Amino acid sequence: MNWVAIKMLTGDRAKYFGIVLGITFASFLITQQLAIFCGLMTRTYGAVTDLSQPDIWVMDPKVQFIDDIKPLQDTKLFRVRGVEGVEWAVPLYKGLLKARLENGSFQTCNVFGLDDATLIGGPPEMIEGKLSDLRRAESVIVDEVGANGKLAKTPTDASGQPIKDAKLVPLKVGDTLELNDHRATVVGICRVSRTFQSQPVVYTTYSRATTFAPRERKLLSFILVQGKPGIATADLCASIHQQTGLLARSREDFKWTTVRYFMKYTGIPINFGIAVALGFIVGVAIAGQTFYQFTQDNLKQFGALKAMGAGNITLLGMILLQGVLVGLIGYGLGVGGAALMGARFKNTELAFYLPWQILAVTAGAVTIICVFSAFISILRVIRLEPAIVFKG
Amino acid sequence: MDVLPEHNIAVSCKGVTKTYGTGQSQVVALRGVDLDVRTGELLMLVGPSGCGKTTLISVIAGILDRDQGECSVYGQDFSTMPQRKRTRFRGQNIGFVFQSFNLLPTLSAAENVSVPLLINGESRGRAISKAKDALARVGLGERTKSLPSQLSGGQQQRVAIARALVHLPRLIVCDEPTSALDHETGHKVMELLREVALGDGRSLVIVTHDARIFEFADRIAKMDDGRVNQIVSSPSELI
Repeated sequence: MNWVAIKMLTGDRAKYFGIVLGITFASFLITQQLAIFCGLMTRTYGAVTDLSQPDIWVMDPKVQFIDDIKPLQDTKLFRVRGVEGVEWAVPLYKGLLKARLENGSFQTCNVFGLDDATLIGGPPEMIEGKLSDLRRAESVIVDEVGANGKLAKTPTDASGQPIKDAKLVPLKVGDTLELNDHRATVVGICRVSRTFQSQPVVYTTYSRATTFAPRERKLLSFILVQGKPGIATADLCASIHQQTGLLARSREDFKWTTVRYFMKYTGIPINFGIAVALGFIVGVAIAGQTFYQFTQDNLKQFGALKAMGAGNITLLGMILLQGVLVGLIGYGLGVGGAALMGARFKNTELAFYLPWQILAVTAGAVTIICVFSAFISILRVIRLEPAIVFKG
Repeated sequence: MDVLPEHNIAVSCKGVTKTYGTGQSQVVALRGVDLDVRTGELLMLVGPSGCGKTTLISVIAGILDRDQGECSVYGQDFSTMPQRKRTRFRGQNIGFVFQSFNLLPTLSAAENVSVPLLINGESRGRAISKAKDALARVGLGERTKSLPSQLSGGQQQRVAIARALVHLPRLIVCDEPTSALDHETGHKVMELLREVALGDGRSLVIVTHDARIFEFADRIAKMDDGRVNQIVSSPSELI
């Protein structure tokens, strides 16, 4: 009877497409919104995960997330280095500085100051130039997106006047910019994770970053620590905290601390949660209602099948098969559409990250929609008196 | 009434009652019906609307539970069977022809006819093959792939007859099989039912209003107000 069920479903084209469309829409919206949400969340901690080397980030105990900088005294670095089990510890400056562009406008940049000796904490991928070029005077490395976008130059004509509406010229190696009234020369272009606030990312040495930064008593943002081989990260974090009073977090821990902060203190999860819930509700409404209507329209046929000897189990199997079929097609189309959208907008401002967990969540949601849709239809058919077939 | 040997009785109903609803909305549909259907006969149930004809064939076909009395089909009482056995018995032994055909609109004629065989566990290939043979017997061998919407009313009813016959049931119940058809087509359908459906000891119970087809009956049971008032062999004997 399985193919009878499939032919009953697919033969009624309008309703069939209606049900599939409902599930496709729900599955697309749920996948796409969750992927954008996850994409945005990955941008919040990109600066943490871009740094593969240190096991541990040490910070002021009041720091709540990566951009919540509460500077430390430089002497704290030496205290951390003195903790048993620490292989090495280096300083990291992280701050927002204003860059003055050639056209006179200002752009806030995310500036990282790396340890002068080791340059630990540098960008994960260099496109042009080398990380060691930071040892040259006034040198900075700029991220690709910033160089092509917010830091790009306005072309000028022969008289030096900016050409209106002309395409911007990307910042390149050799170009200069002003960081907080200090001249800086671009010596490399790198690729980093996009930042949550989309600011250009600028790398320089720690000592140079602290000269670029406004004078403050404390300028050390984080201390990056690598443990000795065989020392458990959690144990070392506890030792650092115990001996220095500073907060030490593993990279993974700091990443999730940052995510939790954004989840708790911004409206992002609520906004995306509403969109996902809407997708789910619309999916249930369209697919459930159309599926029920489909069953309702075929009630006499189901009654005839019942009269002719089809048992409730057979009819239940037929309806479930119909539900599974539309569910699979709708899920495939929805998730496929969302994935295509993600591929289309890859490396753009649109944050899109599609881990398998989202596919599983969407599959769960689609299953609930289909089970709900099939359930109300099954109830109707099981309660159906076969004698209905003798009613004109 | 003649007393027949039990093996000649297809359906036996004694004192069957059925009431719908409760309280003030209660409707008594059957008030103690006594009726036998003989093997190999075509019995027509006639009477005014609301007299209980459809309720009676629903009880006979085992798709409606009676309140009181006895009713057996080929010696089997539906009320004593568990639901699954009852459904299986119905699927194997009873064929149905409905007033509005009740063909699945998205299935071809052959696929529609194959449904009772599929319900009884036949493989799809064998079911379709047997369905084509059944369609050939009702004169629709050339229309096996047609959808119901591509067939006339008479042709659809012939498909329904083929569907009722394909699994070789012992009893066929028909509810107003000609009411949706014009006189000539109705006549042809009845000729077909007599010619193809009767035989092999098979019995037919037909509920009808249509006096023009009474001539095809072996016996006619006239119902009124939930009772069988009269059973005759010829339409002319009807009061």
